[in-house]
Amino acid sequence: MRPNIRTEADRSPEFARWITSLPGAEKIKECMHCGLCSASCPLFAYMDHSPRQLMHLGREGFRDDVLGSFTIWLCTSCYQCTVECPRQIPVTEIMYALKRRAIEEKVYTKHLPIPVLAREFRRMVTDRGRISESWLVMKLLLKTGVHRMFGMVGLGWDLVRTGRFSLRKETIRERADLAKMLEAVGSDAEVVS
Amino acid sequence: MKKLAYYPGCSLNGTGRAYDESLRAVFEALGEPLEELDDWNCCGATSYMSIDKGKAYALASRNLALAEREEADLLTPCNACYLVLEKTRRHLADSAEMGHRVRRALDAVGLSYEGDVRIRHPLEVLTQDVGEERIKEAVKEPLKGLKVAPYYGCQIVRPYATFDDQYHPQTMDRLLKATGAKVVPYPFKTRCCGASQTGTLPEVGLHLVYRLLNEAKARGADVLAVTCPLCQFNLDAYQSQVRREYDLEPIPILYFSQILGLALGIPAKKLGIDRCVVSANRVLERRAAHAA
Repeated sequence: MRPNIRTEADRSPEFARWITSLPGAEKIKECMHCGLCSASCPLFAYMDHSPRQLMHLGREGFRDDVLGSFTIWLCTSCYQCTVECPRQIPVTEIMYALKRRAIEEKVYTKHLPIPVLAREFRRMVTDRGRISESWLVMKLLLKTGVHRMFGMVGLGWDLVRTGRFSLRKETIRERADLAKMLEAVGSDAEVVS
Repeated sequence: MKKLAYYPGCSLNGTGRAYDESLRAVFEALGEPLEELDDWNCCGATSYMSIDKGKAYALASRNLALAEREEADLLTPCNACYLVLEKTRRHLADSAEMGHRVRRALDAVGLSYEGDVRIRHPLEVLTQDVGEERIKEAVKEPLKGLKVAPYYGCQIVRPYATFDDQYHPQTMDRLLKATGAKVVPYPFKTRCCGASQTGTLPEVGLHLVYRLLNEAKARGADVLAVTCPLCQFNLDAYQSQVRREYDLEPIPILYFSQILGLALGIPAKKLGIDRCVVSANRVLERRAAHAA
């Protein structure tokens, strides 16, 4: 296990520059550590680093700690931290940027189903323009371990019984246009390695 | 009132179809039948934004462009769609760089977006445009004796408070009161339901759901009223799993539009009441018997 001590050698000045250059995130430099982001976070109790710690680690450039943190995957984007922050740090949007970079650099915890969900979601939307929920869940279960399916049998039956389970593949009419649009918008310049 | 293009979103076509059914029935009963936005696409939700920002904004903006072509505002019932579309609308106005990228992408398929579309939630339209007075007049079966905990979820009041108070939203409370129901104080009104964590990290998600349900019970609510298909799914479909872990009596989870529909005298079948996993029938029958 890695000792819980960080030295200058663990810091990445590039990462510190990147995180503080995200839209609105220069405000991280003004953080006064009041901890309202952490205190208001409904997922706080399950996190390895609190939102306050994560913002601080980020501005100091501790790239591996931040991108490897469980915290960014626990964030549900409820925006409580964002509205509470007296320094107007856009914590939730920074969490999104961290998720994007962690996926891009493939440094997230393996077997964590959340990035898999994000990728399967994107694939379905890119192909068809809409999400067919039942198919998405089945794909997720197949990719993250069929053993999880057994626990879902009861839930699946409840949805069938109430007419909420559908195997119809939802699709938009102008699929080709959507693909063309997504191509034309280009890829994000903000993810620089 | 400017024309509204109804944007149901993917969930209202799937697990949240009772929300779609009840909204259509309620708006029709109030003389404002809904017209669906032609060929709308998925808003991208939180997942797409976690992967690619530019494509996420382009995806959402196609819906804004389609609405603008129809000279309409968007009526967006799902909390997640509501926020994504509102965030996109603001970002395209504020960020010259993103605005340029997205407009170029829209242009590639013959679409355009000038910025003339508002994103509206049914709670806002029903309280502001239709108005409680008209709703009160349309109530045929007052829901006297029904105790409701109003749960708004997060993304219609955060980070933007567009039509209601960020900490103490009131629009759903007012609509529920117009039906004759009793609204119980519910301090967890805007607390997160756990979103997709119920599926991805069950022990975390189920605990968040438990706290919301338990609080509603403790406040004496017969039912919880919701405004979001994901909140409804978490609180309703995962309730039996929550009850396996925690000591809790069942509580039905209804969309506010279903409750409104019942008060307007619309048959339960048309409102999708039977689509609740935790059946609402007993609670509703008991109330009716009590009121009679």
